[in-house]
Amino acid sequence: MQAAVSLEETVASIVAEHAGQIGALMPVLHAVQEHFGYVPEAAVPVLAGALNLSRAEVHGVIHFYHDFRKTPPGKHIIQVCRAEACQAMGSQALETHIKDLLGIDFGQTSADGKFSLEPVYCLGNCACTPSVRIDDDVHARVTPQRFEQLLQALLEPSA
Amino acid sequence: MSVRVYIPQDTTAKALGADGLVAAIVAEAERRNIELEVVRNGSRGAFWLEPLVETEWDGKRYGFGPVSVDDVPALFDGGFPGDTEHPLSLGLVEEIPWLKRQQRLTFERAGLGDPVSIDNYISLGGFEGLQQALQIAPQAIVDAVKESGLRGRGGAAFPTGIKWQTVLDTPDEQKYIVCNADEGDSGTFADRLLMEADPFQLIEGMTIAAVAVGATEGYIYLRSEYPQARTILLAAIAAAETANWLGEDIQGSGKNFRLHLRIGAGAYICGEETSLLDSLEGKRGLVRFKPPLPAIKGLMGKPTVMNNVLSFAAVTTVLARGAAYYKDFGTGRSRGTLTVQLAGNIKRGGLVELAFGHTLRELVEDFGGGSATGRPMRAIQVGGPLGAYLPESQWDVALDYEALAAIKAMLGHGGIVVFDDSVDMAQQARFAMEFCAIESCGKCTPCRIGSVRGVEVIDRIIANDNRAANRQLLDDLCETMIDGSLCAMGGLTPYPVRSALQHFAGDFER
Repeated sequence: MQAAVSLEETVASIVAEHAGQIGALMPVLHAVQEHFGYVPEAAVPVLAGALNLSRAEVHGVIHFYHDFRKTPPGKHIIQVCRAEACQAMGSQALETHIKDLLGIDFGQTSADGKFSLEPVYCLGNCACTPSVRIDDDVHARVTPQRFEQLLQALLEPSA
Repeated sequence: MSVRVYIPQDTTAKALGADGLVAAIVAEAERRNIELEVVRNGSRGAFWLEPLVETEWDGKRYGFGPVSVDDVPALFDGGFPGDTEHPLSLGLVEEIPWLKRQQRLTFERAGLGDPVSIDNYISLGGFEGLQQALQIAPQAIVDAVKESGLRGRGGAAFPTGIKWQTVLDTPDEQKYIVCNADEGDSGTFADRLLMEADPFQLIEGMTIAAVAVGATEGYIYLRSEYPQARTILLAAIAAAETANWLGEDIQGSGKNFRLHLRIGAGAYICGEETSLLDSLEGKRGLVRFKPPLPAIKGLMGKPTVMNNVLSFAAVTTVLARGAAYYKDFGTGRSRGTLTVQLAGNIKRGGLVELAFGHTLRELVEDFGGGSATGRPMRAIQVGGPLGAYLPESQWDVALDYEALAAIKAMLGHGGIVVFDDSVDMAQQARFAMEFCAIESCGKCTPCRIGSVRGVEVIDRIIANDNRAANRQLLDDLCETMIDGSLCAMGGLTPYPVRSALQHFAGDFER
């Protein structure tokens, strides 16, 4: 756990790195999320103060964008594409399979803290679908069997 | 002498195992004492052949694909990287009919070399357009873009030259160039391919725009779903700065242009230009009322040229080879080349660049080879999630802006998503409304509320709950969304819904 003081200092130093930029809040929020894995509620007043915004404005931006998480994610983030080009190759069945396999729905993290499951609308891999993104790696033509192999690789001790 | 082997670092190639393939090929070559130089090129966009491995002999490129790690020992046994009769051998890459039949301008360089090598870019004709632009008056640049007939490739097809003229004619100390790289439409990947395979072309096009209108700052707004494009763009921008193709006094011209990369945060609506501007300003991505146009009051209220990735890229060709050269491709009011993306349930998916005027059927049958599953194709969605679903009776339509508009469809960003006969079109119509409900910015009521009600009404139609009355209600709702929405999100969502109802009515009455 980050101590409260440490969090404020960290957020303040992230803001300082982006000082003077147009629309600094967006790159700052990305950097905060990269550091903590999510945007902690306690960061909101620090961001508001440092960027001369109201807390409501900061809160509004965090909640508008799907990317910004309000709670800590699992060790690995699994995004399953729900858009049309993936639907055309059976992504709905894959989505159901993955939810059953992990025992979680979209927006949830597995009880062991290993996986968070999120929907995504297009990864730009539309000629070789269905697509799944695990952390920063996109995977093409993912069948239920292929997904199980990918999951197994994550569960191995080295992962 | 070591042999040069090319293996793409493109998202789709990597998603199909290109990284593991590099490791396997390097290891196998070491075992056999064969010297290799591996180049991580961009993809040529023939995604059905990825991972496409190429070797270079006497300046000629020979292809193998799609290659998996398991194929590697047998490839070497057959003589790889030299001549081999291996079944995966494709012969000369430029002779592969799927590539040879294309008319590539914007994607001419894609896949030829290391995407972040300036030397490679220049050796393939790069920066000729910018060098030309630096020698002529700003008005002459804008005139060339106007004369080319180039229309915005993002989807709205607004004449690019007119937009630039407006910014040129609006005096201000600070102007901006913004690239819309928020390619959110399902079935599209042309922007991504260009940014990953030939990023300097985008940088060059944006710099030409800056020189034309007198801007000194530029932003690329890239979607967060494209991490590989981000990595490549960052490297390309840094390389361009080092070589003085960006920054202060570009190539001794006295012109300055600083380019910044910004990352979106998963909001489809930020592909709408005014929403994108609000997002760049660090706000929620709400759609703005127009007027004022972004060309007059755009980023931070300043005159702003905002174009799609492919529009900026096309400008480099216009400047390097002349407006007339570009205009000679295409027909009627659709000039230049069209980049179609074959996606979804398609056998030979990928990027096809052709002069405007080819039919949808030619694309999906001749290039695409029909469905991937081998089942009959049934519906084709053209133009992304806001585009109409076309039944087979409409597949002979020419792929240009006007011809598609005439059948209440749209070309959009050129995405073509094929569905086979297992598709349930009532569910696709429902998804169109659901997607709008998830992604609406919420500023206007027809889009924010209409999409939610749309899902409910379609559910009632499917459940045969007062079906006739609900059909009427859905039609009224679609009309309200089309006429009353602030932007294309709410205004076009009814198109896939209505086309599904019109052409696939039986699916709603099962």
